[in-house]
Amino acid sequence: MPFIPHTDNDVREMLAAIGAPSIDALFEEIPAALRIKSLAGIPEALTEMETGRLMQQRAGRDGRPLNFIGAGAYEHHIPAAVWAIVTRGEFYSAYTPYQAEASQGTLQLLYEYQTMMASLTGMQVSNASLYDGASALAEACLMAVRAHRKSKSARILVPASLNPTYVDVARAITEGQNLKFDVLPYEATSGTFGTTALDAFRGQDITAVVVQQPNFFGLLEDVDAIADWAAANNALLIAVVNPLSLALLKPPGEWGTQATNKGADIVVGDGQPFGVPLSSGGPYFGFMTTRMEHVRQMPGRIIGRTVDLDGKPGFTLTLQAREQHIRRSKATSNICTNQGLLVTAATIYMSLLGSAGLEKVAAASQTQTSALVAALTRIKGVKLAFAGPRFHEAVLQLDRKVSDVLEALAKRGIVGGYDLSRQYPDLGNALLVCATETRTDEDVAQYAAALSEVM
Amino acid sequence: MQEPLIFTHSRTGRSATGQYPHAAAADVPEKFRRKRRAELPEVSELQAVRHFTRLSQLNFSIDTHFYPLGSCTMKYNPRACNAFAMLPEFLDRHPLAPESVSQGFLACMFELQEMLKEVTGMKGVSLTPMAGAQGEFAGVAMIRAYHKARGDHDRTEIIVPDAAHGTNPATATMCGCTVVEIPSLPNGDTDVEALKQALGPRTAGIMLTNPSTLGVFERRIQEIAKLVHEAGGLLYYDGANLNAILGKVRPGTMGFDVIHMNLHKTFSTPHGGGGPGSGAVGVGERLLPFLPVPIVGREGDRYRWLDARDVPQTIGRLSAFMGNAGVLLRAYVYMRMLGRAGMQRVAEYAALNANYMLARLQQAGFDAAYPGRRASHEFIITLKRQAKQLGVNAMDFAKRLLDHGFHAPTTYFPLLVPECLLIEPTETEAKEELDGFIEAMVAIQREAEQDPAKVKGAPYTLPVRRLDDVRAAKQLDLTYQRG
Repeated sequence: MPFIPHTDNDVREMLAAIGAPSIDALFEEIPAALRIKSLAGIPEALTEMETGRLMQQRAGRDGRPLNFIGAGAYEHHIPAAVWAIVTRGEFYSAYTPYQAEASQGTLQLLYEYQTMMASLTGMQVSNASLYDGASALAEACLMAVRAHRKSKSARILVPASLNPTYVDVARAITEGQNLKFDVLPYEATSGTFGTTALDAFRGQDITAVVVQQPNFFGLLEDVDAIADWAAANNALLIAVVNPLSLALLKPPGEWGTQATNKGADIVVGDGQPFGVPLSSGGPYFGFMTTRMEHVRQMPGRIIGRTVDLDGKPGFTLTLQAREQHIRRSKATSNICTNQGLLVTAATIYMSLLGSAGLEKVAAASQTQTSALVAALTRIKGVKLAFAGPRFHEAVLQLDRKVSDVLEALAKRGIVGGYDLSRQYPDLGNALLVCATETRTDEDVAQYAAALSEVM
Repeated sequence: MQEPLIFTHSRTGRSATGQYPHAAAADVPEKFRRKRRAELPEVSELQAVRHFTRLSQLNFSIDTHFYPLGSCTMKYNPRACNAFAMLPEFLDRHPLAPESVSQGFLACMFELQEMLKEVTGMKGVSLTPMAGAQGEFAGVAMIRAYHKARGDHDRTEIIVPDAAHGTNPATATMCGCTVVEIPSLPNGDTDVEALKQALGPRTAGIMLTNPSTLGVFERRIQEIAKLVHEAGGLLYYDGANLNAILGKVRPGTMGFDVIHMNLHKTFSTPHGGGGPGSGAVGVGERLLPFLPVPIVGREGDRYRWLDARDVPQTIGRLSAFMGNAGVLLRAYVYMRMLGRAGMQRVAEYAALNANYMLARLQQAGFDAAYPGRRASHEFIITLKRQAKQLGVNAMDFAKRLLDHGFHAPTTYFPLLVPECLLIEPTETEAKEELDGFIEAMVAIQREAEQDPAKVKGAPYTLPVRRLDDVRAAKQLDLTYQRG
């Protein structure tokens, strides 16, 4: 019996102690009419070896095409040490650290993570993670409504240059809370939005403005001007960022040109670039940082350092009065489990790379994307949509249908980018491409050669 | 044993340079550029590896300790599930890769949906919720969407038993509903008379788990389902306790319209120190049009994603991509290795272990919260008597168990049982382990009678003793500040 250790003798002794004639008798309180007669839809058991063969076949069927998609999930080198430690049973098979004395490893690691994320984003406090970047944005919108007590409108401004799936998720999760989302269009020439779009809302009660940096097209938004506008118009500012980009870019806590400007109020994003494999979209983790004044409105677990009975330092879950297991229907969120294991990966990743290493990874990714853009735009029928400064993604416009091109590339072992034409019909046949430090010059040349054939 | 913070190992200019890519200088205009580096650790690869390995050794885990945490189903997480989900092709697959190069992965997901339908008796499954609480959210959001689609806009009340998980009422609020709480009877069953009072034209639905969080099977479930349906409401099943009935009863047969499944409990994916979880949802006929997207569909021998174009009334997307795919692969591997017969053995041996522990603890003089009832996969011991007579409470027992090498059971939940320990051994523990736990409980009881202060001071053998939670909340120290 897989994973069940009982011998016949164990079962006999245990039933005798219970005073039950059979295991079946333990289910006597369940009405007979409800009992399952057959599980015909479940196949017979496979041994571990047989299961391994099956999974190898399935995995092999998809192969390992050369990937040039980003769009919210990025292929980076993951040091071997990261998952060797993450999959240690002591991290892998532990529960949420409710018994602090028996969970100091997880708790201290989360405290170290909070410190690193706060510093990276230029904020004061961090929670211990949310599910992913998209749901983190939804939580940030709900948090902004709670934190901005003077605003009564629950109106959130979301740019069209923000990952459209993030907006879909934010709408779905906040659906029962009467939030109103207004869309800020981007400028057709630059692919970014600015104070012109925001000025349409000047003088109105706006709870929060969202800005993604770099935006969904990989372009850099004028975050200083946007932060100044939010401060001048009494709106909170929610920043959605790629954490890797912060090795190079001004952290959200420093956005704005005015000395009085405190930058973003809430910073969220997906932590996947830090040591988490692409893995078909998850598990990743969402992060959230904020300023101390908002900490009691923040959702999710928060770890604090304190002392034990002997005065020795130790770590524990804190500010639990915000959470569902204490506050029940009045909690800041229903979140319970988060993404602890992925945070473990990210913390080890950040420790191995350090700030200097992250700068190298970010710079190499930007350089390879520039090389990719240069190589592809030399092909007839391919042009760059937006010329402004960018991080490691770019929008290309093709003179034919993107989905056909992508299928043809897939046959050549290349996953060529993300088709924007459905979510952004105004951009025509638009393709979002990405190259990270994992794409070599040869990879770029291979893509260019394949695209030349296809076009 | 303690381990200093990683920041104290940090020295300017030290780093794991072997991990750096070759890189030219970045091209960032001055106004966008970061001026001061983030204060991340500067350590060698060995220092990082040693630090985090040492931290891991400060944890209790299933791989190292018996972990009978009630309501959490801490069963063995087979290593093969991890190994096969981490095959390089699966790890490198981009979530937005074309379907033509994703058929192997999609086949696994489609079959997982089908197997979950079979064990729950539901008509459709969506794998996208990323944790139990998000599965709950999806469930209640679908119930809301169902009533709205029928023009039944006043149905905004969600009935929740007082024994429910905190996530249930929190979820109802998040979905814009109001919570109506109903009591449990002294024997652990739902108070059906109170339920009748609570039902009405404003009822959207009820959130239940069966067996309940009190560790007993709700015997009048068919009657409850009939009453709720007649009142125009729907029934939501919280899958936290699915391990108790896997292969024995289907929630769909009991009359539930929607269920979320904690794959990290019943289907043995790891808890990871607090996630990732996975909260797949299953629905009956009525809620099929509202399932969250994406879902995997099959046309002939090809698999493809179904999105809002295929499911126009969907409650929408809950994650940036398709949810916790890697967790879903682990659950798929687990189900294939258990197979049909193994699936039924889960509930059988989970119930055997729970009932054995309950019987032995009662024989040793401990008080069951619901004497005379069969345990499901878990049960509750109340230490009310010990607290009153000896001044030693459930928390003290829990902390002293740590010194005996056992992770504590769930304490002070459910809230309505005073001084409770909610104990869930799971099917993967051997009898010797259960016996060891029972002996430890007996030893602590004896110690509580002779030297209660000793028990109240526990634990003594862990990296830290009891922590000052009040100080943690009052003098907030949430990040390390360099001195």
